[in-house]
Parts: sequence; structure tokens; C-alpha cells
Amino acid sequence: MKLRLHVWRQAGPSVAGAFETYDAPDVSPDMSFLEMLDVVNERLMEAGNEPIAFDHDCREGICGMCGLMINGLAHGPRAMTTVCQLHMREFADGEELWIEPWRATAFPVRRDLSVDRGALDRIIQAGGFVGVATGNAPEANSIPIGKEAIENAMDAAACIGCGACVAACPNASASLFTAAKITHLGLLPQGQPERYRRALRMVEQMDLEHFGGCSLFGECMEACPKGISIDTITRMNRDFLVASATAEQERQVRGD
Amino acid sequence: MKLDSRIPAGPLAEKWDRARFEYRLVNPANKRKYNVIMVGSGLAGAAGAASLAELGYNVKCFCFQDSPRRAHSIAAQGGINAAKNYQNDGDSIWRLFYDTVKGGDFRAREANVYRLAQLSVNIIDQCVAQGVPFAREYGGLLTNRSFGGAQVSRTFYARGQTGQQLLLGAYQALEKEIAKGQVQMFTRAEMMELIVVDGRARGIVVRNETTGNIEAHTADVVILATGGYGNVFYLSTNAKGCNVTATWRAHRKGAAFGNPCFTQIHPTCIPASGEHQSKLTLMSESLRNDGRVWVPKAKGDKRPPGEIPEGERDYYLERKYPSFGNLSPRDIASRAAKEVCDEGRGVGPSGLGVYLDFADAIARLGEDKIAERYGNLFEMYERITGENPYKVPMRIYPAVHYTMGGLWVDYNLMSTIPGLFVAGEANFSDHGANRLGASALMQGLADGYFILPYSVGNYLASVKPEKLGDDHPDVRAAVSAVRDRIATLLGTKGKRTVASFHRELGDLMWNYCGMARSRAGLEEALRRIPALREEFWRNVTVPGSGESVNVALEHAGRVVDFLELAELMCKDALHREESCGGHFRTEHQTPDGEAMRNDSEFAYVAGWEWKGDGAWELHTEPLHFENVQLSTRSYK
Repeated sequence: MKLRLHVWRQAGPSVAGAFETYDAPDVSPDMSFLEMLDVVNERLMEAGNEPIAFDHDCREGICGMCGLMINGLAHGPRAMTTVCQLHMREFADGEELWIEPWRATAFPVRRDLSVDRGALDRIIQAGGFVGVATGNAPEANSIPIGKEAIENAMDAAACIGCGACVAACPNASASLFTAAKITHLGLLPQGQPERYRRALRMVEQMDLEHFGGCSLFGECMEACPKGISIDTITRMNRDFLVASATAEQERQVRGD
Repeated sequence: MKLDSRIPAGPLAEKWDRARFEYRLVNPANKRKYNVIMVGSGLAGAAGAASLAELGYNVKCFCFQDSPRRAHSIAAQGGINAAKNYQNDGDSIWRLFYDTVKGGDFRAREANVYRLAQLSVNIIDQCVAQGVPFAREYGGLLTNRSFGGAQVSRTFYARGQTGQQLLLGAYQALEKEIAKGQVQMFTRAEMMELIVVDGRARGIVVRNETTGNIEAHTADVVILATGGYGNVFYLSTNAKGCNVTATWRAHRKGAAFGNPCFTQIHPTCIPASGEHQSKLTLMSESLRNDGRVWVPKAKGDKRPPGEIPEGERDYYLERKYPSFGNLSPRDIASRAAKEVCDEGRGVGPSGLGVYLDFADAIARLGEDKIAERYGNLFEMYERITGENPYKVPMRIYPAVHYTMGGLWVDYNLMSTIPGLFVAGEANFSDHGANRLGASALMQGLADGYFILPYSVGNYLASVKPEKLGDDHPDVRAAVSAVRDRIATLLGTKGKRTVASFHRELGDLMWNYCGMARSRAGLEEALRRIPALREEFWRNVTVPGSGESVNVALEHAGRVVDFLELAELMCKDALHREESCGGHFRTEHQTPDGEAMRNDSEFAYVAGWEWKGDGAWELHTEPLHFENVQLSTRSYK
């Protein structure tokens, strides 16, 4: 296969970027998308040029480190697939591809296709955990959990934190990411004691990080490589509403 | 250098209690005066950093990825072992201990393995309390599956994403401590050097991968939880970024390297599809619970699998190992696959593959049940190969997966450098010459949650908290060593890319230090590796500058250390004149091709001391088996 690539190149966070065009003349349909970029990079480096920087690590769709827009689609055209698992057989010979980084105010570009997603970690810091210190745990089978609850919790817990939901959202909202964690923990008995303060704090943090608001377009769900449902956002909104009703009391407890 | 294991006295079952009682404690009010550096944020690193922070120590945690949640522990699929005996099938701490020592082919320390089995039950409790969604029965209680190398069901799992869920549990505990300010997190920070002052580990030098700044961080104790070195083979199931640099730099500063040749080749990976292949993808070993492994009986049989009648198939694992069958341990299953492919009976375009067939299980249980158990693995297979495993058998082939070797540590997880602790896959400790499935997650979390918080405290109680300035001569020397190395890499301006060297090194290691090793092959590798290293320093090209994001420079720094490690691995493999676990020397096998151990000469841990370029001194720690009988492993 022959492809023409228009790749976003940007030397650093504070300089302007632009598309540059590269030909990829010998692409095998069995290559992953990132392997195709590896081959382009090898050729650039052999000529003494700097390679295209892109984030990746596990290359098996679970670490959440990779992420690109391909022709305006987060992680490319195949549903439920990260870009490291996307294979070139999904494209046609002679196709032209526009490759860009995630675009969001909360995700500044580091270089080329690599962005800073630290904002997602800070949302987790705000409350995406069960406050149990090591050594405190009761015997595991003393907490029975129904099969349906655990399966639904697992569906939400499958989020890999890649940020595709943010990149796909017209408002650059991190609602699906935030809601997935609120849902995972909120469905389980272990998550109940902190359920409402968790929702309140995580949503507040999302706003502080300059993510946009959610208007239920549903683009996030389409782009999500793990199929996280938009129903989680409904759940987040409900928990947030309940939490807001008692927010004043919360603030007093926190001493704000 | 002396390898003193510091195993507590007394009966096996009481050693850990005794150690904990004898450990010195740091007064709660004094804990905040101590600074701890944790390098790595996988299961061992995140669990250790969070747990030490909860105790009140000041922790700095470092990872090279953009978030601690990316660490490669996340990719573990199958599960985590624990001796809960929830299935009432005869499991016990003793049995898990025994299975692990036997599975490791009697090259692990009894005392460490017993402690691991004891702690396994606490791990499950801790993870459930964090909200890890382990699979459950309709009655609401936890369920288990069986796994290679065991005849009981003791493996806990969260679909095919157990590592992800356990890591997110530890990551969330870590983020909780970051929010409190008890842990300071440094992402995109690659450790480039260890700082040793007056014989004690006192800090690290890191490169900020965004700005290119070289920074020194000092502390009272340094812990490395930086994973394994399987990427020395270039192609492995490891993440692309996995590397040996942190542990190798510590090795060069005086930490002995234990059993470097003990690497694990996992039997169930997706075969490589061509030259462009950048990594290999594992298909969880749990698939072997329901999948049957076979190849055609006849050589060169190119018919599609569906057209090969039952009588012309060789279910070779079931034939050779009737009592464990498809659940034989990893090293045995891998070698058996290599044998049938070497005989010319391999399948797929390259002939380097065997079938893993679910037709019987689908007929017996229905497609829904199989989808419930392995759905995400089947999808992953289909995405990569374009084939539907519900209809056509999977093709699998062995790939490098895990390294049992690593920095040598004593019972307290401290290396031969005082104040340098090593946890998880980065140390050599608990798996001997072969790791059983679902045991890596167990070890990483045992080290992080339940061993380091005690043993690091014991060490800190013996030293005064003390600040070390950036202008200390040893700190400055470490920083300038890193700057010089980077300047040399950028200044060489040769003709070959870093990846081309890495690929050549990987081929060499796979051919000569892979599934089967021989004296002649290892000697050949030992001739070629130094030559390759010499060419690297003369002819490598690393474009760009050191002052910003430079992915080629990051890769180059890692390959530098792989080029040295590779030589030590071959040296270790050559010196160990026996076959055991993942280390198979063709000269040492029984007439029917099974591994032949040499307990009278090699029942020891090899600890290699760095003596400068290409020179090492071997030290040994004899292994004493007082509770299990040394026997030939048999899974027949």
C-alpha cells in the first residue's frame, strides 16, 4: 500500500505548529498504525531528520498512552480500537491521512503528536479512589457484591484514561472519563462512604482544569476504545446533584 | 562482595513474623523527617509509594510515562494467585509455596517464596477494599480460575484485565497520597544514574523528557521498582518503553545482578507478521484452560485447520504431559512448541506457530460462555490478525515475556548497595528459573504493600535523616556523567539508527540466548555483542538536541544499557552448565528432551559484580532446601 500522510509537527508547547507531508510508499496491511509511523520515522532518522514524536507504550490497547486524530477521528476509523491496535488493513491503497494530536485546552501539546494529560490524573486525585490505607482491609469475602453490580462496575472500570473522549467532544469535556470512575466506585459497597464527596470534588476539578461542559452529544462514547457508556454521565450528574445539595455543609467540613 | 541473604532463623512458617518483630521501627513523629525515592509506578512501585506515604514518609515517585497509570503491570491479563482456598479444593499457603518453588525449578529461596504465599491472602483483601472488581459468583462471593502449573483453582481475575484493575487500585491509592502532598510525583522522568555516597544509595539523576533538564534528587533511601529487561530481545511482550537502565545503572554502581539469564518465554503470543513488527502481543495463558494446542501430525501440512481430520492432529501437550496437558508450565509449553516447529510441523505463513483451538470448548459450553470468559482476548486477536477465533483456531507462538533475573536482593529486598531496595520484576527474588502464571502480580503487590513498608522502615531506623546538597561532589559527578553520555550520543552523528542496533541485538539474543542455548551459540554471541557495542558508539545517529522532547535520545539511552546487559546474560547462561526452568542448555537434557538440572553444582543464585567494561566477578548464594525435596519436575 502507498499512503500520503499530513502530520502535525510542532517543536514545543509555545511555538506554532503546522502540517508536514510525508509519503509512506511501502505499507503492509498487517502493520499497526504506529508501526507504520515507526517506518516513516526510521526513514526520517536515516536522513538525519528528527522523528515524529508520538506517545505510545504497551501497544496492546490497555495502557492508554497512545492517541491520535486520524482524519478527524480519535484513534482512527475502527470502533472500540486504540490507535496502537488499529491495523493498516483498515485503510485503502492511495489514501491520504491527516494526523493530529488530541486538541483540548486542558491537553497542551508537548511536541508534534504528544500532549500533556496530567489534568486527568488531577481529576483522580480529587476523589477517584476508596480511602483505604494498606493494612485496613477486611477479609475479601466479607463484602458480597451481586454479579450484575460487579459486571457494571467493571464495564466502567475498563477506562484506560487515553483522553479520546475529550478529543472527540466538541466542548472538550472530560465527562466520560470522570463519570467512568465515579460509576465504577459508586456501584460498589466499598465506594459508598465517599460517593457524594467524590462526585462533587471530581466534577469541580474537571471544571478547574478547563475542560468544557457536557451537552450529551455522545461523540465521546463513539470514540471510546473501551466502549464506556454515556449512561455513566447520567449517573455522575445524579450523584453530583445530590452532592451539590449538601455542598455547603461539605465546604464547612473542609474549612474552605 | 558477599551475598548474605539475611534469612531469619526459625521454622519456615515463622520467619516473616520473626523478621517483623525484629525489625527496628521509626517513631511516627520521625517518619516525616525521612525522604524516600521510588522509581517506577507499576504494581510494586505504586503500592510501595502509597503505603510508605500512608506511614508518613516523604516520598518522591518517578515514572517515564505521562502518568503513573501507564506502567506495564497494566497489561497483565490473566490473574493473581492467592492461597484463599475459597474453592475448597485443597489449596493452602503451603501448597502455593510448594507449587511456586517447584514451578521455579528449585532455584528460588524457600523463605522468600513462603512469605509470598502467606501475603497472597492479604493482597486480595486489600485490593477488594480498594474496589478492584474481581469476578464473582451469583451469590456475590469471589470466583477463581485455574492456571498453568497448578492443580487447584486459586487465580482471582477481572475479565482479561486483571493487571489493569490491580494497577488502577494501586494508582488510585498513590493519587490519594499525591493529593495529600505526601507523595510528589514526577512523570516523564527517566532515571539515568544512581547517586551513591559513602557506600549508601542516596539519590538518582533523572532526565526530564519534556524540557531535557538533568536533575538530581536525593533522599535517605532509594527503591527501584522498574520492571524487567525483556526488551533486550527487541521483540517481547513488554511495552515499548520497558528498559533496564535504572537497574543497570545501579549494577554499575555496585549492585549485584542475580541470575540474568533466567528469562521466561511465554507460550501463547500472536506470531510476528513481518519485518516491521515492533512488539509481540500476549494472549493470556488462561486461554489454555479451554483451548487445545495442536499441530498437524505430518510435516509441511498446509491444509487449512478445518480440513485436517481429528486423527491427523497431534495434541502434543496432552500427549506428552497427560496429567497437566494444555496447562503445563510456561517453559515446558514453549519449548514443546519450538520442537514441533523445528520438526517442520509449525502452522501459519512463517511456519512459526501452533494452533490453540476452542472448537471443543465452544461445542461443550457454547459461544456465550467462551465470550464471557475470553471475549476481550478474542477481540484483540481478531483486531491484530484479521481472523475470527470463534471460527478458526488461533495461531500462537512463544515470545519473551518476563525476566526472573534482576538485581540481587536479600530477604529484606535490599541490594548489595546499602539503602538501595529493589521490588517487583526488577529484583531476582521469588520465581527461581521459571515464573508460574498469575504470580507476577502477586509478587509485585506483596513487595509493595506488605514488605517494603516494614523492611525500608527497618533500614531507615538505622540511619539519621540527612539532606544532601546538589553541590556534593558525588552528586555533581553523577550529573556530569549523565550529561557526558547524552552529549556523546548526540555528537556521534553516524549512519545507523538506534532501532537498527536494537533489532540486531534482539535477533542475536533470540537466536543464541533464547529458548534453547548452547555453548557454541553463546560463545558466538559473546564475540558479536562487544563488536556491536563498539559499532554503536562509533556509528549511531541520534538526531535533534538534548534540550527538548527527543524520542530517539530516550531510546538510545536505553539501548546503551541493553548492549551491556546482553553480554552479562550470555555469560551467565554459559556458566550455568545445567538446564533449569526457562534456561535450557541443549547439552543438558534427558534422552526424551526434558531439562536436566545439576543440583550438586548449581543449586545457587549467581550474583554478578560489575568490574568495569565487559568484566564481571561471579559470587554465589547457595540455596538450601529444608522443606521441599529437590526433585525432577514432572508434569507427565
